[in-house]
Amino acid sequence: MFSTFDFDVIWRSLPYLFYQGMVFTLTLTVIATVFGLILGTFIAMMRLSSNAVLSGIAASYVNLMRSLPLVLVIFLFYFLSPYIGQWIIGADRPVQVGAYTSTIITFTLFEAAYFAEIMRAGIQSVPRGQVSAGYAIGFNYREVMRYVVLPQAFRNMLPVIFTQTIVLFQDTSLVYVLSITDFLGAASKVAQRDGRLTEMYLFAAVVYFVISFTASFFVKRLQKRISIIR
Amino acid sequence: MNYNWNWGIFWDQTPDAAGTYFTSLMSGLQVTVLLALVAWVIAFILGSVIGIMRTLPSRWPVAIGNAYIELFRNIPLLVQLFIWFFVVPELLPGELGIWVKQLRNGPFIAAMLGIGFYMSSRVAGQVTAGINALPKGQRMAGTAIGLTTWQTYRYILLPLAYRIIFPPLTSEFLNTIKNTAPALTIGVLELTAQARSMQEFSFQVFEAFTAAAGMYLLLSAVVTIGMRLIEKRLVIPGFSMGK
Repeated sequence: MFSTFDFDVIWRSLPYLFYQGMVFTLTLTVIATVFGLILGTFIAMMRLSSNAVLSGIAASYVNLMRSLPLVLVIFLFYFLSPYIGQWIIGADRPVQVGAYTSTIITFTLFEAAYFAEIMRAGIQSVPRGQVSAGYAIGFNYREVMRYVVLPQAFRNMLPVIFTQTIVLFQDTSLVYVLSITDFLGAASKVAQRDGRLTEMYLFAAVVYFVISFTASFFVKRLQKRISIIR
Repeated sequence: MNYNWNWGIFWDQTPDAAGTYFTSLMSGLQVTVLLALVAWVIAFILGSVIGIMRTLPSRWPVAIGNAYIELFRNIPLLVQLFIWFFVVPELLPGELGIWVKQLRNGPFIAAMLGIGFYMSSRVAGQVTAGINALPKGQRMAGTAIGLTTWQTYRYILLPLAYRIIFPPLTSEFLNTIKNTAPALTIGVLELTAQARSMQEFSFQVFEAFTAAAGMYLLLSAVVTIGMRLIEKRLVIPGFSMGK
């Protein structure tokens, strides 16, 4: 089975795969996690607010994003963002938005819906009494959130946030549909150029597996440490 | 925005003259539903077997079950689809490999296996959680009245466990529907692929993707409502594992 297996093609394309492909994959993962988490936290706060309009908007946004396949959303934003850009800056013609920029926006907005659900659970995991205590010593809503609720919510949810980041890392491979050179995109370009589909796709699978498996191993350890502190 | 809205586009003929854009979207929806259903059958059967193995008293089945879950959970679905479609036929011995490559439904079969195996690791996790959520006494009681391990599972543990995990299984089924979309990369003409080709031929970006998004929303609403109805009859009060 492996007699015709060409390891050399992997060796030759390593710099391309990692410097071009993996760098983009990791950049997208980090940016979407950081901004998705920030945006998601605001959405979660909106959703938990007593204002029915705010919580309604937040809930419909989260439910909409969570019921659509990511591939569809990637396409939608890719074709939509030129028109939205034009509308925002008031240009005469649709703005040029590259595939890279549009995927970064897409992943941030899409993952924000998932992070919002995680942060909602995190905020709710802080006992109500602490919020009341915050108000009792004269904090306003912003201060209660900033100094009492959110630090604990983030810490309680840290393992879940990291697990979602691992899912996000794997989902970034879907940017393949816009022919972007992420790790899988790079592997697939080499595979098609050299006719080495078997080697390149198996190698891609191994790399994704090793990274995700190692990361989830550390998340499990983190989970144990956090549960002891609590 | 100077975008040319044209909601009548759905009733125009497609360039291949096979029907209107609406009928091609509907055929995409049909493929999506069919693919989700067959993948779910695979995911449910394999997931149940693996999930049960992880709760057995001996060590090997647990280790194999854990390895299976790690394998399918840590590789992106898209990579798994490529492996089923491009790599597996290459690795099959001679005659068989050639026969598989010539299959007319190749992309659909690869997608069905890929999504099925990928989702099975998630179903397995739920099944294990469901069995472990039962009080320990249930299993002991089974052993005490002289049931074999198989009988204990068949008559005591599984009937309860499946009813406990009904809500999380519903959301796994919804995930299966969403996970059919990446199948467009290996040439399955499901809903997103049809919307994409409609956009390519008609240039009506918004209409094409809005219609597809609406169909996905409708589909998940129908599944959610249907499952709630079944859930009401199935679930044991006080035993359900949340949403």
